[in-house]
Amino acid sequence: MKLFLLPLFASALALCAGPVLAQVAVPVTVPPAAEAPVADAQDGGGLTGSVTDESEWQDLGIAIPAFATDREQATPANAQGTTALGQALAEVVYSDLRNNGLFRPTGPGSLPRPAYPQITAPAFDQWRGRSTEMLVHGYVRAGADGQLTIGCYLYDVQLGQQLVREGWQVAPSDWRRAAHRCADMVYSRLSGESPFFDSKIAFIAESGPKDNRVKRLAIMDSDGANLRFITNGQSMALTPRYSPDYSKIVYLSYLNGYPRIFVYDIGTGRQTLVTESQNPTFAPRWSPDGRSILYSMAMSGNTDIYRVPATGGQSVKLTDSPGLDVGGSYSPDGTQIVFESDRSGSQQVYVMNADGSNQRRISFFGGRAATPEWSPRGDQIAFTHIAGNLRVAVMSPAGRNMRHLTDGWQDEAPTWAPNGRIVQFFRTAQGGGETSIWQVDLTGRNERKLDTPVNASDPSWGPVLP
Amino acid sequence: MQKLVLALAAVSTMGLAACSKKAPEELPPPPQQTTPTPPPATTAPGAAAPGTQAHFQQTMRGQDTIYFDTDKYDVDSQDQAALRQQAQYLTQYAQVRATVEGHADERGTRDYNLALGERRANAARNYLVSLGIPANRITTVSYGKERPKAVGSNEAAYAQNRRAVTVVIN
Repeated sequence: MKLFLLPLFASALALCAGPVLAQVAVPVTVPPAAEAPVADAQDGGGLTGSVTDESEWQDLGIAIPAFATDREQATPANAQGTTALGQALAEVVYSDLRNNGLFRPTGPGSLPRPAYPQITAPAFDQWRGRSTEMLVHGYVRAGADGQLTIGCYLYDVQLGQQLVREGWQVAPSDWRRAAHRCADMVYSRLSGESPFFDSKIAFIAESGPKDNRVKRLAIMDSDGANLRFITNGQSMALTPRYSPDYSKIVYLSYLNGYPRIFVYDIGTGRQTLVTESQNPTFAPRWSPDGRSILYSMAMSGNTDIYRVPATGGQSVKLTDSPGLDVGGSYSPDGTQIVFESDRSGSQQVYVMNADGSNQRRISFFGGRAATPEWSPRGDQIAFTHIAGNLRVAVMSPAGRNMRHLTDGWQDEAPTWAPNGRIVQFFRTAQGGGETSIWQVDLTGRNERKLDTPVNASDPSWGPVLP
Repeated sequence: MQKLVLALAAVSTMGLAACSKKAPEELPPPPQQTTPTPPPATTAPGAAAPGTQAHFQQTMRGQDTIYFDTDKYDVDSQDQAALRQQAQYLTQYAQVRATVEGHADERGTRDYNLALGERRANAARNYLVSLGIPANRITTVSYGKERPKAVGSNEAAYAQNRRAVTVVIN
């Protein structure tokens, strides 16, 4: 990953670039876009605090015009050059920020394009006339080495003041990451929440007829872009999970004809069985520290949950009921596991300590409850509620305050955004069985479909990228 | 868990001995209804070699599949009749091995349906073993809800998809 963070110090002279990820000692000095605004930006005034009342934010207008470029240049990131790339960057930021229930963004398609010098000196009077409270400006430059430098600025239009800015140097292939970082910067600054756009999803890409569907392991960006297939579809793949450091994906494959869990190493492309077993293994899940994997194994028809070191080794059996104990999701601190079991006669949600002790049912609201996933914040559990239709719902870790987030015919398998504010899930169409990945915020009011070129299911949202 | 297996086997053996149990209240839908099963009911004799999957399917005439109620995995008397036919075949062709494929309908979550399909396949396998088929000749595999036979989204289709299918391997 070649993302270089350019911390924009409020230096009167230049923006100092310190490549953070690469251990390069010599800082790259990047000339300023224009005279750098001298502002107490980073921690001055502005909007802070946690969002509790959604309606307060729904009306916060954010104008996101096209990013400017110092001069039109060819770039592998966009066939039409850096001017068109600037438009595309703003489109990605706009798409990220819309429909999250927090903001009312306006995209570059209906806004005037600022000139390059205006990026650091906005025409505030003009923007005030457009009844927008916030303004995002950005620029893109293509360097001689092909690298792109992308800057992102957030202004409070009413105050005529810069709130925050950041810049990144990226390979052309990573241009969308810079846009996601920009959206994350705006989102975090205005909502007080942690960022989440610059992250990836592992999922199952589906194609073909319902009774002979091809299911392939695939990955994509959090907004559905940059889809990449990992398996070729010859063996059915299901239920992937990204490791917390993005280096591996654990998933179910029928590679040798029988369902087994494999750990796929993204760097080397090699995969290994998570455990040698004559029995089917499925429903794999990582521990928060990435050191162990939970899996379900069926023996003589009965299924229990086990834990095994991610590098292989001895499995520990965590459940021992005559029912089907399946899945499992760790609390963020790793001390507890939420899982499903039909030991009471139907699928319900249970919590146990990480060593398997103190198993107790928490779902008591009618219908069946399945696929529980603990929020990265720890305060909620998302799950599939089955009562006629399948719907995504949340409840507290004590099983209280159950709320439906979706109302589809078949919505299942929720996965949390890294900041615990958004849930992705997959929706199956009645009849044809077409699958698609959707996301919804915690109010349940803001729902949208990810734009994927193929049918998609089993999303697994990874953490924010380093 | 171990207890459950034993209980199942015991019940099965009893069912064998005293074959007549209470009449099944509700029969699963006849397998003929199923849409895309290719095997022809009557083919020219000699088309399929004995001991092959094609021959097994021809001989079974739909009795290669047993059906289950929602979330259930019990083997009822109609299922037992089908499994007895399968066992006869496997006894006659002692060289063949078999896999029981367990399936679930689409109205459940993916992981659970894999477990449920395995449970169903295992119930069928246990019954075959109780009839004297060596356990090492029969494997199981669950496809959960991933391989529906009937593609509709209605109760008739679901009833056909909640099934365990025995497949012969040479």
